[in-house]
Amino acid sequence: MSWGSLNEFLAMGGYGLYVWGSYAMAALCFLLEVLFLKMNSTK
Amino acid sequence: MIFNYAAPQAFYPVAGKMIPWFAWLAALLAIAGLTVGFFVAPTDATQGESYRIIFIHVPAAWMSVFLYLVMAGWAALGLVLNTRLSGMMASAIAPTGAIFTFLALWTGALWGKPTWGTYWVWDARLTSELILLFLYLGFIALKGAIADPQRADRAGAVLAIVGAVNVPIIYFSVVWWNTLHQGASISPMRSPTMVATMLTGMLLMALAAWMYSIAVTLARLRKIIRMREGDAAWVQMQRNSV
Repeated sequence: MSWGSLNEFLAMGGYGLYVWGSYAMAALCFLLEVLFLKMNSTK
Repeated sequence: MIFNYAAPQAFYPVAGKMIPWFAWLAALLAIAGLTVGFFVAPTDATQGESYRIIFIHVPAAWMSVFLYLVMAGWAALGLVLNTRLSGMMASAIAPTGAIFTFLALWTGALWGKPTWGTYWVWDARLTSELILLFLYLGFIALKGAIADPQRADRAGAVLAIVGAVNVPIIYFSVVWWNTLHQGASISPMRSPTMVATMLTGMLLMALAAWMYSIAVTLARLRKIIRMREGDAAWVQMQRNSV
């Protein structure tokens, strides 16, 4: 494992903004897609 | 036997039973993939930690192209055989394909900045992937603009088939042109040029993306079937039983 602490993990060796920006957008997209699909499915 | 399920009323309950399985598979594979990607795979010698974007970027890019081929395949099948479910299947895939294409571009931009010094460059790989996004959006818009579902399926199919020309262009863009985007690290012709744990994380995430795509596509397909055949008696019966 490359991380000694949580802060190190979040910093991603100085690339935190790029790495987490990628995963955050992906998570947001999947979340919205699933929510959108669930919305009218119970009707 | 398999053709029994080609009718929407037969496929609808089967799809409903399959969704949770694929959703759970996707979740488990994503957890495994992220664990390997962030806690097992080592720091890259040249790119440092920024390379960890690969675990979402490459699966998203693969799915964007793969889903387009599946979508165009279903659309073409519908055009030839005139089966109702095919056009619905193509419609169900398109939004998920568009999302993965957007994510491939977004994560690529965030990876490009620290590695190339720019978010965007009009090189062949990036441009053809952007065209793929427009093809998905065009397909969705075109089908949405035509009220008659059968005519919409046919028009959408023609667009999807013509647009499939873009797929080999995306794949070979890094070979045919001198692009800023690197060539393939994985190809059917030779062994991968990656550390095994990096490769494992990437493949697990690719499988997760695949299972996720199946789950959401089936869910959307059921929605489309309900919308299109909502008046039919069998839909009413399903509604009361499920």
